[in-house]
Amino acid sequence: MARIVGIDLGTTNSLIAYMKDGQPCVVPDRHDRTMVSSVVALTDNGLIVGDPAKEHLTRNPERTVYSVKRFMGRGLADVESELAYFPYNLTETGGVIRIRLGAKNYSPPQISAMILKELKLRAEAHLGESITKAVITVPAYFNDSQRQATKDAGLIAGLEVLRIINEPTAASLAYGLQKKTQGTIAVYDLGGGTFDISILKLKDGIFEVLATNGDTHLGGDDLDRVLVDLFVAEIRERRGIDIANYPDHMQAVRLEAERAKIRLSDELKTEVSLDLPEDKGCFTGELTRDQLESLVMPVIERTLAPCRMALKDAGLTPEDIDEVVLVGGSTRMPLVRQRVEALFGKAPHCHLNPDEVVALGAAVQADILGGGTTDMLLLDVTPLSLGIETMGGVMSSLIRRNTTIPASAKEMFTTYVDGQTGVDIHILQGERELVKDNRSLARFRLKVPPLPAGVPRIEVTFLIDANGILNVTAKDMRTGKSQSIEVRPSYGLSDTEVERMIEDSFKFATEDISARKLIEARLDAEALIKTTEKSLAEAGHLIPTEEVDGIRTALAQLSAAHNGSDSRAIRARMAELEQAAKHLNIVMLDDSLKKGLHGRKVSDV
Amino acid sequence: MANDQPSTRPETRHQLQMARSMCWHCQSEMSGEYFCERCVKVQPVSKDTDYFTCLGFPRRLTLDPKKLEAKFYELSRAFHPDFYQAKSPTEQTISLGNAAVLNTAYRTLRDPIQRAEYLLALEAGSVKEIRTSPPADLFEEILELQDTLEQYRASDRESDQGRRLRASLQTEQQTLERRREEMESQLRRLFTDWDQLQDRGEATSQTRAERDRILKQMRDLLSHRTYINNIVNDLAATIG
Repeated sequence: MARIVGIDLGTTNSLIAYMKDGQPCVVPDRHDRTMVSSVVALTDNGLIVGDPAKEHLTRNPERTVYSVKRFMGRGLADVESELAYFPYNLTETGGVIRIRLGAKNYSPPQISAMILKELKLRAEAHLGESITKAVITVPAYFNDSQRQATKDAGLIAGLEVLRIINEPTAASLAYGLQKKTQGTIAVYDLGGGTFDISILKLKDGIFEVLATNGDTHLGGDDLDRVLVDLFVAEIRERRGIDIANYPDHMQAVRLEAERAKIRLSDELKTEVSLDLPEDKGCFTGELTRDQLESLVMPVIERTLAPCRMALKDAGLTPEDIDEVVLVGGSTRMPLVRQRVEALFGKAPHCHLNPDEVVALGAAVQADILGGGTTDMLLLDVTPLSLGIETMGGVMSSLIRRNTTIPASAKEMFTTYVDGQTGVDIHILQGERELVKDNRSLARFRLKVPPLPAGVPRIEVTFLIDANGILNVTAKDMRTGKSQSIEVRPSYGLSDTEVERMIEDSFKFATEDISARKLIEARLDAEALIKTTEKSLAEAGHLIPTEEVDGIRTALAQLSAAHNGSDSRAIRARMAELEQAAKHLNIVMLDDSLKKGLHGRKVSDV
Repeated sequence: MANDQPSTRPETRHQLQMARSMCWHCQSEMSGEYFCERCVKVQPVSKDTDYFTCLGFPRRLTLDPKKLEAKFYELSRAFHPDFYQAKSPTEQTISLGNAAVLNTAYRTLRDPIQRAEYLLALEAGSVKEIRTSPPADLFEEILELQDTLEQYRASDRESDQGRRLRASLQTEQQTLERRREEMESQLRRLFTDWDQLQDRGEATSQTRAERDRILKQMRDLLSHRTYINNIVNDLAATIG
């Protein structure tokens, strides 16, 4: 089986890992860095990804996309409250957010696919083989649409996504492999944009998730925003400037907020320095850890209710938890550690690198799927209840939250009117009573043969697979015939749209490759022209004139090809020139040898 | 996805049809439990297999949770889709279906109440048909409680009246919780009775009458308990 890699597609950073001699390891770049910034920028030279793109955050904020994970599987209304924080242009088409970059609109899966491609290239360069299969991690609390969007991103990037795995459970795999722990653990995962809590039972290589909870819009970004708001208010008050009106400066404020927050994990106070717009100089101020902590306290407190809920769903109390594992960069904050310790009554385990452990766990899961690791098995749960709309706008639950996946439920449908030929079914996800308070996942119409009311009996099977993604099948109980169902996602790309995006991505990839070939051929041609002209000037008198003419003709032809855009024509003319100048080069070599020998004694040679 | 009609094309992805005793793949007579002993292919759990049989336990109401868990883990290792990545699409479909059945079976049998409800459904028809009903001796009390609950919801919680209603609801909640515990211990006694009756394995008219009595009492208790349980949850959610 071809190699399967593990990918942590993060809000802020992304990583790719693989299994080497029974141990997971992260693929580094040339400079030994393991993280790729999850940033995509449109520059004059095209789209760029990762750390080089991060530099464009302040230079051209409108064309630099960061934290795209917050938009995966979401509509514009879902992110309304935070739109003001993003400098790039967001719209919505067909229930999917679109991000405007230059003249084109991109869906979040397309932007994520660019990050995935960057990781894929990195692994291919490191491993010297082509990578086509992957396990990708998502926050445990991601709903069906968000998971599907992640899978779409993989497809667009040319990856077969063999499994979508939850981040905290991935972390537990890496942790369990290293520590050989048995017992009950809680994984507290506070990342750049999402929060998850998962409670697992580890026993004889089985990792059984008992309960999971979280918030897909709560993370380091939200901590930074509290500081951004503070800086903006202080600059307004002390310098009379509303820096919020300057998008490029706002990005600098955001990055400085992030850096100050990180510094305050190790220091008690730190200096904040920001350039002001319109040559108004510089703003400096001091920020203490106490200040930061009192500001972010409400955000950190928001992680505690999901923790309590997960404990309750698992039927456990904090005393039942043997170990607490911290995952995600934001857990480096001392305040987070204190609050977690206070809740669970024990010091959390923080010896694992919180940035890498998820990617490492994804590599372990990839190895399980590849048949390499056979003694470990992850039994995960679905984070949200799945149901259908019933009379009066009420949701009827079919699969409860925290049910072990794969999970299935069957429901029988019939008709209420004679000759009715269809039954509309609306699938929902969430914990609330009313349809309008839950997440609409999809709608579909069940085809029914026209019969008297109540006679048709269609059995619909709702199956949540091991990825946490819903599959729906229907069977006519009278005829025993299966019915294919076209499910229309409420917040997602349609299959045809994903296919088009895959095609586009291949087309662009081919365009990119031919563009690169042309550039390389031109550069090589330029070098050849230069050296040949130099040789002619130095040694042209040593060869017959007709040869010199031949070389000049070939040179002229190569120059003409160089001005065109056909890399193959350039290569062909180059070969012709090399052939024409072959004798010249030999003569020149002899000549320089002679010159070099000149003045030396024979015995030196 | 499996059903019982024999098929002329056994290996099609959407119509996995097999004869009960025949391997879908090599058509040899099945002797293994979940795997064909000849070709070692995984076999779909029949939709007629009850959860007790699926997990290899007798229809008893007192089960050792440790043994149940061990069996669940063992079968998870046998069925989980993670281990079928390199197998044929048919085997992947069977693995997915089996894992889903196994998970439902374990979830149902792990919880004593759900286990009893399930057994009742197996032995005496669907429990869904019985409406949850209030116990007769508590009927008056519960009506009154619903009134108090409505008043409390409409009242200002910080007022004297609000506080008084809250205190009375708390007392009610404790009473009902005690009542629920009582019912659960009654149920546990019935579970033991049932298991003993099964262990004796007699088929006299007397044991049949005894069986019907246990099932009837269990059904009533389960129905009343669910009713009380819903009220307690409602109370807990309202007064926190």
